[in-house]
Amino acid sequence: MLELAIKGSKKYYGWMALLLGIIGIGFLVYLKQLDFGLGITGMTRDVSWGFYIAQFTFLVGVAAGGVMVVLPYYLHDYKAFGKVTILGEFLAIASVVMCLLFIIVDLGQPSRIFNVPLYPTLNSVLFWDMIVLNVYLFLNIIIGWNVLEAERNNVHYQAWLKPLIYLSIPWAVSIHTVTAYLYCGLPGRGFWMTAILAPRFLSSAFAAGPALLILLCLIIRRVTNYDPGKEQIQSLAKIVAYAITINVFFFLCEIFVVFYSQVPEHMDHIKYLFFGLQGHGAYVPWMWTSMVLMLISIILLVNPITRKNEGVLTVACIATFVGTWIDKGLGMISGGFVPSPLHHVNEYIPTIPEILIALGVWATGFFVLTILFKIAVSVKEEVRG
Amino acid sequence: MKSSRRRFLQIAGISALGLGAKPVYDAFAKEEHGDKPEIQILKNDKALIAKQWAMVIDTRKLESTEALDPIINACHKIHNVPTKLEDKRHEVKWIWEEGYHHAFPGKANRFLDEKVENTPFLVLCNHCENPPCCRACPTGATFKRESDGIVLMDFHRCIGCRFCMAACPFGSRSFNFRDPRPFIEETNKEFPTRMKGVVEKCNFCAERLAIGKMPACVEASNGAIAFGDLYDPESEVRKLLKTNYTIRRKQGLGTEPSVYYIV
Repeated sequence: MLELAIKGSKKYYGWMALLLGIIGIGFLVYLKQLDFGLGITGMTRDVSWGFYIAQFTFLVGVAAGGVMVVLPYYLHDYKAFGKVTILGEFLAIASVVMCLLFIIVDLGQPSRIFNVPLYPTLNSVLFWDMIVLNVYLFLNIIIGWNVLEAERNNVHYQAWLKPLIYLSIPWAVSIHTVTAYLYCGLPGRGFWMTAILAPRFLSSAFAAGPALLILLCLIIRRVTNYDPGKEQIQSLAKIVAYAITINVFFFLCEIFVVFYSQVPEHMDHIKYLFFGLQGHGAYVPWMWTSMVLMLISIILLVNPITRKNEGVLTVACIATFVGTWIDKGLGMISGGFVPSPLHHVNEYIPTIPEILIALGVWATGFFVLTILFKIAVSVKEEVRG
Repeated sequence: MKSSRRRFLQIAGISALGLGAKPVYDAFAKEEHGDKPEIQILKNDKALIAKQWAMVIDTRKLESTEALDPIINACHKIHNVPTKLEDKRHEVKWIWEEGYHHAFPGKANRFLDEKVENTPFLVLCNHCENPPCCRACPTGATFKRESDGIVLMDFHRCIGCRFCMAACPFGSRSFNFRDPRPFIEETNKEFPTRMKGVVEKCNFCAERLAIGKMPACVEASNGAIAFGDLYDPESEVRKLLKTNYTIRRKQGLGTEPSVYYIV
């Protein structure tokens, strides 16, 4: 089926060339980082994880979000999602690819990455994160590819795929749970040390992933002859509506616990993010923007009149995606490091090289995504036509 | 032809997967049988040994920055810590000075007696008995040495993921954000320098204990810092703990720090 990816229009090639350009820039800056060290980023002794790990965390969510089409289709036999399931699975593949790349660019000694499987350390959450992410990647490649090929050949997919499909559903939950466990099990990091972190991660994932999928469906409808379908988009929109509402609810639960108990070690991080601390408040406008965006998307998505209007739905999905991205891809990581365990306020601001490398990784993800979607849509067009 | 090539690639792929899984399998297998390979490390006759090394810092004897500086310098000098780094973001430190409010956040009264308020406190790796950093490390590059409880770093195994830095509640770990070697004042050939991209921290002078010497900070402190076995009732630290009221940093987190402070 790969041949379908190299037969495209001028626009398709133009888009791929643009992505390759961004990847190239990111790669060159990464070479610089390899040479100099992670000192070209804004990270410090106090804020030792930054933009890369934050993007990683957010994208694990987008990857896990794919399960929101897989589950209704395969478990509840919701036939309509047959038109979008492959898109959800392929989005998961591209997201996990970005996740793994973000881990690699964040390593101080990337050439030693195989020390993780060579010296398996069962007590380290990072070891388990490596396992769940890679297995999830392979599950989605195997399932997505074979189901699509079967569809192309007009036959039912192989019976042995069924157990793998069922396995991929709890597995999607596991990837984001384990990723939350990276943070929430650390003593002395009050911002993350909350049992609601994994549920919060999952709720924002199930909002961000399907929201992106809706936007991608709308783009596919516009640029190809394949229509993922009105009903499908509306069902996805309902999923986003529930997920983003639950996400804000979980966040408010956190706010209550923190501000009613008033334990400084937990409170200071949220104060820093939303109001600033000791004169440092670079994230304040971002965090409030995130809150407003999430509230707007709740209003637009819960109300059936606005949800059913695809123009408004587009706005709501962008609001959801950007809102959850700021929350997780920006605030979640640096918020946990400021103030530091010794209660110093050393603010973290990502540097330009850091952002260029991150953009390169995002572009790589979208390059993979475009190839996969091109294949999927071509097959769908072929089968229909 | 085409299908046989595909078959070959499938087999090759599965074989590669199998090879990659071998160490993981070994790890599980080891846990079940417990037959560790016999590795013997010969000890120096003069080596100092303990069940769990611990430190007592008498802050009454270290009242000013001037009193702390020689101690900090002694450590950083023999361990090739790059002290000439100008950009504070890249800072590396093993032992340094903090005010009471930062060394003991959560323990500081709003109205402290002036003496404590103005006393500089030495902070370093606590060599916790229950270290969260070792729990977090995905490669075993940082580990608690069973023989004497020192939390050590293998600079050659560290992949630079910095999970240990996130896990440490004491901010005791530094990362080499760039090549540290040009920023070492005077290289000590008897201790390894580090490369960029790895984490480092205080090692309780494991290399000195191995040849019968006390840690450099202890030596430079003129008796203000005591060092000994926490589980030997006759050790100097135990005698001090018996006769003085001591505090530890963030004791409530359950990491069991091995550095005690007499205030």
